[in-house]
Amino acid sequence: MEKFTFPSNIEDIVRAVLFIFALSAGFILFLIVVFMFKEGLPLFSRIGIIEFVTGTEWNTIDDVYGALPFIAGTILITIGALIIAVPLGVSCALFLAEIAPGWAKKITRPAIELLAGIPSVVYGLFALVVIVNFIQITFDKPTGETILSGSIILAIMILPIIISISQDSIESVPRAFKEGSYALGSTDWQTIKNIILPTAMPGILAGIILAMGRAIGETMAVVLVIGNVVRLPSFLEPGIVLTSVILLEMGEAVIGSLHYNALFCLAIILFIIVFILSILSNYILSRSKIQIR
Amino acid sequence: MDMSRPSQRRFLYSLSSGNSIVFFILLVLITAVILGCINAERRETLRIAGSTTLQPIISAAAEEYMKKHPDVLIYVQGGGSGTGIKMVSEGSVDIAMSSREIKEKEYKKTPELKKYEIALDGIAIVVNSDNPLDNLTKEQVRAIFSGKIRNFKDVGGDEREIVVVVRESGSGTRATFDELVMNGEEVTDNALQKPSNGAVKATIATNKNAIGYIGVGYVDESVKALRINDVEPTRENVRDGRYPISRKLYLITKGDADGIAKDFIEFMLSEEGQRIVEENGFVRIS
Repeated sequence: MEKFTFPSNIEDIVRAVLFIFALSAGFILFLIVVFMFKEGLPLFSRIGIIEFVTGTEWNTIDDVYGALPFIAGTILITIGALIIAVPLGVSCALFLAEIAPGWAKKITRPAIELLAGIPSVVYGLFALVVIVNFIQITFDKPTGETILSGSIILAIMILPIIISISQDSIESVPRAFKEGSYALGSTDWQTIKNIILPTAMPGILAGIILAMGRAIGETMAVVLVIGNVVRLPSFLEPGIVLTSVILLEMGEAVIGSLHYNALFCLAIILFIIVFILSILSNYILSRSKIQIR
Repeated sequence: MDMSRPSQRRFLYSLSSGNSIVFFILLVLITAVILGCINAERRETLRIAGSTTLQPIISAAAEEYMKKHPDVLIYVQGGGSGTGIKMVSEGSVDIAMSSREIKEKEYKKTPELKKYEIALDGIAIVVNSDNPLDNLTKEQVRAIFSGKIRNFKDVGGDEREIVVVVRESGSGTRATFDELVMNGEEVTDNALQKPSNGAVKATIATNKNAIGYIGVGYVDESVKALRINDVEPTRENVRDGRYPISRKLYLITKGDADGIAKDFIEFMLSEEGQRIVEENGFVRIS
């Protein structure tokens, strides 16, 4: 069979095509942002920004929209998740990077990666049946669907992110730093505490911030376990977060109505929070003295 | 963070060195053009709009119907019963889906509206299997869901604080429940909201304090369906109208249905159509 030949400037064409594909990612982001603001901003012609962000009542029938219960819920549930996941994740990463024998790493690493691959709805169902029940019985509440249950399941979901990024950055601490410390007579713990952790800290922080972004944006697992009651949140009561109200109400919101605009404004708030976190994490990494592989 | 590893780079080079990428792109474009031509082929269309309660049944049925009649294209959209009836009166759709009777006003405007009963909708009030309660009146259900009664002992049950579980605000089941039970009263602010019949069931099955509602077709042994005014929420009782939280679902046409509209309604009433009704958690008419 005769070989099919392309013109000689094929390299350039390929380069151009790939360039267009690469640009499309940025372009799609741009379109999403424009659309979100276009659909959301009309709300502020009827309700002030301050009123929207600090209002505590959300009533679609009387068109009263206050987003504070959702914002506060999101913040509380994320703080809870971090309180649980950060100590666990960082110590796990330290163990894997510095202490664990080879075989333990070989078992743990794939397990952690697998944990990251489980669909969030599966986490949600697990939490609904196990964690919710546990909270209800432990705290003797009429229902275990609380912000705390959400925090626990989120903590499990963000653990892999914290562990793998922390481990990478701990392992990137130059060998010379450690050996210098040992040469001065430091013990293992002194070396970890005074040399390794401070050097790896920017990487660990970046991982924690990325994990925060994931926790804030998570929807399916959370909507199943927190009860979705619109009120200012507390750990042991049902509450609601930004993502879950969008999921629950977008279906009924009449396109173009104030309710629809308000839901898009919640999406904008969510977008801004995650955007800031992502920039922050990149900034911290770029200031880091060591290069993470 | 530079994520690319040497092995990845080598893989990319090997791709771009050959002509495979360009070839692949051409292939995709050609396929897309051919598929586009096939889709642009002329088909007869049937437009349906209305009740979001009926939408899942009709969408599923439309899919089946189009499989059998590849020359027909059916568009199904929501909007609510009122919108559907308005649109069919104006002639902007062929069939309206309605979860209520045609109102006097609507008849006055368009006397030639014809309704075809295609399914029944019943809502079961469910509690945990360990809850000794087994009968409520409709008024008691309303008082519980509006938050006036907060303990099961006030309706003859155990001393337990009640946790009310409802569907999300866009749900057809919720709309039906609010209309048939709540009578204009608002559901309590403390109610837990769940995104599906399955999620309501999972909550009820694991929480002894919970009470919720699901479509009659979704009731199984994981939860306990209460009798309402001493009538059990079975398909039979919904069908003969004895169960109080139930209603009829209609397809409505302007004038007698003809052509594809008639054929589609006949399909809904056939054994196959009624099976689809049941699969979606509703009750068949016969």
